[in-house]
Amino acid sequence: MPSIPASADVTAAAPVLSVRDLVVEFPTTDGVVSAVNGVGFDLAAGETLAILGESGSGKSVTAQAVMGLIERPGRVVGGSVAFEGVDLLAASSEDRRRVRGSGLAMVFQDPLSALNPVWSVGFQIAEMFRVHRGLSRREARRRAVELLERVRIPGAAQRVGEYPHQFSGGMRQRVMIAMALALDPTVLIADEPTTALDVTVQAQILELLDDLRAETGMGLLLITHDLGVVAETADRVAVMYAGRIVETGPTDAVLSAPAHPYTEGLLASVPRGQSGREERLRPIAGAPPSLARIPPGCPFHPRCPYVIERCRSERPPLALLGHEPGAVSDLGTDRPAFSARSVPRSGEPPIDRSPPDPAGVGWEPAGIGPESASADRNPAEDAQKPAGDRQGAGDRQGAGDRQAAGDRQAACWRSGEVGRGDG
Amino acid sequence: MSMSAPPPDAARLDAARLDAGAPAREAGLWSDAWRQLRRNPLFLVPAVVIALFTVMAVFPGLFTRTDPRACDLSRSLLRPRAGHWFGYDLQGCDYYAKVIHGARVSMTIGIATVAGTALVAVVLGTLAGFYGGIVDTLIARVTDVWFALPTFLGAVVVLAVLGGNGLPQLTLVLVLFGWPTMTRLMRSAVLTVRDLEYVTAARALGAGDLRLMARHVLPNALAPVIVYGAIRVGIVIAAEATLSFLGLGLQLPAISWGLMIAGAQPRLLSAPHLLLFPGLFLSVTVLAFVLLGDALRDAFDPRLR
Repeated sequence: MPSIPASADVTAAAPVLSVRDLVVEFPTTDGVVSAVNGVGFDLAAGETLAILGESGSGKSVTAQAVMGLIERPGRVVGGSVAFEGVDLLAASSEDRRRVRGSGLAMVFQDPLSALNPVWSVGFQIAEMFRVHRGLSRREARRRAVELLERVRIPGAAQRVGEYPHQFSGGMRQRVMIAMALALDPTVLIADEPTTALDVTVQAQILELLDDLRAETGMGLLLITHDLGVVAETADRVAVMYAGRIVETGPTDAVLSAPAHPYTEGLLASVPRGQSGREERLRPIAGAPPSLARIPPGCPFHPRCPYVIERCRSERPPLALLGHEPGAVSDLGTDRPAFSARSVPRSGEPPIDRSPPDPAGVGWEPAGIGPESASADRNPAEDAQKPAGDRQGAGDRQGAGDRQAAGDRQAACWRSGEVGRGDG
Repeated sequence: MSMSAPPPDAARLDAARLDAGAPAREAGLWSDAWRQLRRNPLFLVPAVVIALFTVMAVFPGLFTRTDPRACDLSRSLLRPRAGHWFGYDLQGCDYYAKVIHGARVSMTIGIATVAGTALVAVVLGTLAGFYGGIVDTLIARVTDVWFALPTFLGAVVVLAVLGGNGLPQLTLVLVLFGWPTMTRLMRSAVLTVRDLEYVTAARALGAGDLRLMARHVLPNALAPVIVYGAIRVGIVIAAEATLSFLGLGLQLPAISWGLMIAGAQPRLLSAPHLLLFPGLFLSVTVLAFVLLGDALRDAFDPRLR
């Protein structure tokens, strides 16, 4: 049984960060690009949630929207970002600013471009203390050295006066992390924190982040495209595709038994390196869709090896899966969960208990029409419905598919697994 | 002493740079520029010349004991000779003393005008570039319209309206017609810097707009304005001389290179030294500032490294 560390515990606590139905749009000459389209997740204190996706899946935009860093002409069109119970999207810009740094902090992908080249690193860290905590120059400097030591920069006291370009890539990222931690944030968002770094340094930075999370009890939202990073650090993972979360659940469960064909494809396209025999990598055919022209139905259907007709017009709803420990915990709380998922594909589908289908009557194309579209964007409500309702829906949909294809094809629909693509 | 090993400091710097594979620009902008400048004769020579003229402007007594206003008509238009290397002007004043004292007007007006212009340009350009949107549209359009006004014609009109033709009025006029170019420059520099990741990063860690502008945008956007400012000092000094030459600037008995050149004009053939010396000083000053600007530009521009 895969261990799902702390998952049951953390999910019982109220989430510190709770994102619902987030929609971010960018008007372009090609039309409106929906970079993020109904993303929702919860992050508890002390927990690491990874948002996994290819470039262009909307994972970084999600992070920026949470931080309130979406620049014109981009716009957060809908949803809510509740931090410690307060909806930041409804808060004044001054209130939002106050939350940044001390409530929510962020580490960026390229530490060289994320540090100001004209000031010494000590100055940049000390400034956090001087501005937000009103410390004196000397005291702030002392705290800066402490922080540099805490992120394990050797010779911190000597190096505090040096400039960003005098540090190596890994050390720079440590400096960036030190700055982000200066005000003891409740949640740290790390946007591809290791992507720009040497492979050898990546593990050190991840370890550092993990240790700091454990020390401080902050929630860590890790944005990454790297499955290895996810496997190593995340308690839970949310897989994004074309601006949506298509699958989410405890890391071990998702990685060992992916429910969405996209997740499965991702896993198959990464070298495992464990099996002795030679294994061919199987890349996902095609390329991610342009966000200005997201395919109707399930956005993954043009690339999906298991595609059935229904996928072209309708998006499978995100549904709770599985009765594994950890997965179930989400179900058991009253907190809306997108999460619980993951059932071993070979096993008995736990949700679909429908009788053999009478002629495929009865599924309604849920992805068509404005009403259902908005319902699609509201998985929280779905998830909050009594389990019976959801199962009922799953049954109906499962029934509809019987006609279509073999076992695997209908997986998205039958077991109510996975993603919501919208119409 | 082995010559082969580079100093460890430099080696570490280079290693850090190679390591990151980063363009040199990211390396401390100001310190890098300074490192390069202090070895560059194209910077050092104009810098020394400018320092010399600055001392001349502040303490003309260090260069000449002669009073430029103690004139003797019997010496009118005497050619240069031993002890009086620059000769005498129409009024019989010592021309060397006059040229030395003329530096004060040129340097004052050059530096005051550029300081004033830079103040306007930095404030407007930063606001326009940083906030964008309606603020930017407003400032940029006004700048464009202002830019279309003809400098010298405008200067004539404004000076005529102001009445007086002293240094303050000249400075005001030159600022009035000089700010649009620099504002545009500042705005475009701010536009580039504003979207850099460290500005976003600072915002993500709770910095407010003022702090973002002062700490992160300005120090990284100032280089082009400094370069242009240095060149602009030269241009302004020449403009003052031009206005004075045309009779629109300072009036006699003020001492300025422009006025001296104007006075030399009718006697170009009989007394060429009257044109030569103030003209030479003026050209050298202007050249020094322009060269300084060039050297600064080279130091700040990574593509020329």
